Amino acid sequence: MAKAKKNGKAVAKKNGHQDLTFWGWRRKNGRVGVRNHVIILPLDDLSNAACEAVANNIKGTMALPHAYGRLQFGEDLDLHFRTLIGTGANPNVAAVVVIGIEDQWTKRVVDGIAKTGKPVTGFGIEGHGDIATIAKASYVAKQYVQMASELQREECDISDLWVSTKCGESDTTTGLASCPTVGNMYDKLIPRGIHGVFGETSEITGGEHLAKARAVNKKVGEKWMKTWQAYEDEVIQAHKTNDLSDSQPTKGNIAGGLSTIEEKALGNLEKIGRECTYIDVLLPAETPKKGAGLYYMDTSSAAAECVTLMAAGGYAVHTFPTGQGNVIGNPIVPVIKISGNPKTIRTMGEHIDVDVSGILRRDMTIPQAGDALIEMIVRTANGRLTAAEALGHREFVMTKLYRSA
Amino acid sequence: MAIPQLLVHDNKDTVGVVVIEGLKKGTDMLCVVTHDNSSFKLKAKMDVPIGHKVALVDIKKGDTIWKYGQDVGIAKAKIAKGEHVHVHNIKTKRW
Repeated sequence: MAKAKKNGKAVAKKNGHQDLTFWGWRRKNGRVGVRNHVIILPLDDLSNAACEAVANNIKGTMALPHAYGRLQFGEDLDLHFRTLIGTGANPNVAAVVVIGIEDQWTKRVVDGIAKTGKPVTGFGIEGHGDIATIAKASYVAKQYVQMASELQREECDISDLWVSTKCGESDTTTGLASCPTVGNMYDKLIPRGIHGVFGETSEITGGEHLAKARAVNKKVGEKWMKTWQAYEDEVIQAHKTNDLSDSQPTKGNIAGGLSTIEEKALGNLEKIGRECTYIDVLLPAETPKKGAGLYYMDTSSAAAECVTLMAAGGYAVHTFPTGQGNVIGNPIVPVIKISGNPKTIRTMGEHIDVDVSGILRRDMTIPQAGDALIEMIVRTANGRLTAAEALGHREFVMTKLYRSA
Repeated sequence: MAIPQLLVHDNKDTVGVVVIEGLKKGTDMLCVVTHDNSSFKLKAKMDVPIGHKVALVDIKKGDTIWKYGQDVGIAKAKIAKGEHVHVHNIKTKRW
């Protein structure tokens, strides 16, 4: 690891980021992970207890409890499976044990994850009970975690890294400092062949014209506009009971000085920099299929929901600008926090990985901040625990589109 | 360059953002436009918290508020140059 860390720091500091590499685990499907988790994945809410028991039995494994998975149907069910399969398929995961209340839907998740070539086994509880299921699953989890512990990192080009972004507890400093820092990172790394992604559909309200114009071509721009309009018509307008100013901007946003959704949207869009264009619009949790480049994913702006969907899409490192101090993490993806708000750095600095408050004092430029973020991305990829990881933040939140049957 | 008290995104903007803690009424603020690094001075007419906005010009009720060189909402009251701009005197034009 000493070698890996030295390497990461050294290359990030070179002019123009020549030979930018990191140390990751290359999986059988060619994707590269920066963590090596063995996860115990519940199909449904009923299976959380068994998964948590297995993770308690077998040290070094991690259960991912969540609230849903029963009586879902249609597009909502498709999204549930896509999220679970995508989570298991993420290259930060070495192996998976799936536990569900019954065998058939459990098998559907197992089969989806198995396409990556990684070890995965499923267990149904019905006909056996929790205790027998926990015992059987624990034997398999023990084999997996010992197998995973012997896998070695290898040096990989930066183009093997998939980096997502979403901001949270934004304020006016995010639009001035931390979001443009992420944008500068993308302007530098997208041309180097990384996969990027941004989302937060309703939060672009007020900046739709700018987001549409950043599509790679007219067709993709139209696809983006259709996605935004559907969210506006089917989610926001269909369900709102007031002008939404109680929710978007959030109370935290308003405390931080943001007054309107338009103002928040314009700050949000600073995350895609000045030069890069997005090449496709993804469904929630959909895996990109058009090769390297920046993508848009249709997500809500709730932090844990959004990061969970991007992780299920296959992204391995997340960059998270915050103004007022969102504390979110994710169980399988390291979430790097960037803040430019000196008050937040002073009052809750333990949550922040990259301090860009110098931008507000005019003693740090945005390109310098972008370089500092790239260095932190490489260090994180090489194994440095993020603030959220060290503090135990593992928010895993499924997106539910409507009520169950 | 001295540390600014107020940052402005674009020359077209009618509001700027306080970027220091504890800004007091009467401060002759150094204001910097991030787009081109140009600067000007503006007197704060009230205490304004970090991250909150200050009017750069006299704003009439119904005027569009400009930030990032873009439309970010509408004034629902008269706002004098140097005064605090927030949810009490501006609102969204959307939803």
